[in-house]
Amino acid sequence: MLSRRIVPCLDVRDGQVVKGVRFRDHVVVGEIVELALRYRDEGADELVFYDITASPEGRRVDRDWVERVAREIDIPFCVAGGIRSVDDAREVLHAGADKVSINSPALERPALVREIADAFGVQCVVVGVDSLQDDDGEWRVRQYTGDPSRTRALRKSTLEWIDEVQRLGAGEIVLNCMGTDGVRRGYDIAQLSAARAICHVPLVASGGAGTAAHFAEAFVAADVDAALAASVFHSGDIAIPALKRDLRAQGIEVRL
Amino acid sequence: MAVVLVDAGGTNIGSVRYALQRLGTDAALTSDADAIRAASHVILPGVGAAGPGMRRLREAGLVDVLRGLTQPVLGVCLGMQLLCERSEEGDTECLGVIPAPVRHFAEAPGLRVPHMGWNRLRVTTTHPLVADLRDGDSAYFVHSYAVPTGAWTIAESDHGGAFAAIVAHGNFMGMQFHPERSADVGARLLRNFLLS
Repeated sequence: MLSRRIVPCLDVRDGQVVKGVRFRDHVVVGEIVELALRYRDEGADELVFYDITASPEGRRVDRDWVERVAREIDIPFCVAGGIRSVDDAREVLHAGADKVSINSPALERPALVREIADAFGVQCVVVGVDSLQDDDGEWRVRQYTGDPSRTRALRKSTLEWIDEVQRLGAGEIVLNCMGTDGVRRGYDIAQLSAARAICHVPLVASGGAGTAAHFAEAFVAADVDAALAASVFHSGDIAIPALKRDLRAQGIEVRL
Repeated sequence: MAVVLVDAGGTNIGSVRYALQRLGTDAALTSDADAIRAASHVILPGVGAAGPGMRRLREAGLVDVLRGLTQPVLGVCLGMQLLCERSEEGDTECLGVIPAPVRHFAEAPGLRVPHMGWNRLRVTTTHPLVADLRDGDSAYFVHSYAVPTGAWTIAESDHGGAFAAIVAHGNFMGMQFHPERSADVGARLLRNFLLS
């Protein structure tokens, strides 16, 4: 049986891992390879590296650290940030990343999802979706969230976008629920459940983890395939081995 | 020992190479027929689709070279599927050195495709490749097409039913998951292959 995945997310800025609250006010939390190895040893199932400044500044990810991570770790990892073309994706995949995640560039040009899927297979293509509930109650997509001064609210509904990118060839969806991100009160179960109902590829919950119970809730109530978190892992407030034992004790399939 | 990685333009070659380096083996990356024939062990990696994968092997003039190998050969992920007879992906004729078909996962309610993540391996046949595999050991899979279980299966996994996770037919072996991304379990399996 397929295990539910625990995925630490490492936001990368200028070659270091940083963390902010609600996508703002970043502080340095550590060196990339060092943190990657720590999470690997603790039993992380996968890692995601977001170059959070790449897309707004129109700059590509620095390939050097991707290769250093690929040499050192033996669990899968995904690289996001500034991937705007098949050539950009090839560069990162050849450096050793297992998947690329595209977000703002897919909103600029949705055909990019299909182009990367055609070139490397759907299993390589993750689409990151930054989503916030508007005053009318609708979840809508946000673009360029790495830089608050450039963040744009789009008219596109989150669920329509998830439907569209699956048809284009997304092999996995990471749903960043911005309303719950960074405040540790739990994942946005209502939004994730709505996404789950229309998402046939693996769905990754992002934004809001504060306790082990929040992970269990995302797996059981929203039926997500993976749960991503950053600050609770970086701070040590949640230790992955204890989290996984806790989930296993509740009958949730995890890799121990 | 001269281990080679067949370079036919796939994308996960770097990861497999690094995994072998962590085991102390420096594998040459090559598309040279003589170097492949002369190797002690041959690994065929591959991420992507079956059609383009076979086309690259044809263009590199490697189809008959690979079919004629007698030393241990390991196909990883798409590489394993290319060792089989025929893939439903683009209705592609493959190398045919393992007498198995490759099929798309059947659609079923709640069954996510691609099959992506860690899944348990269950040994079904005694084989040196899986000699030290333990119950509950998991490996990392990412694929939409799979080989059904059959005489070629030495370990299976489940995703809406059993499918072949590790296969062997004579000197040709295959792993559907990514041993280079399957932590300690993957390292053990790669080491076993190098010892075969």
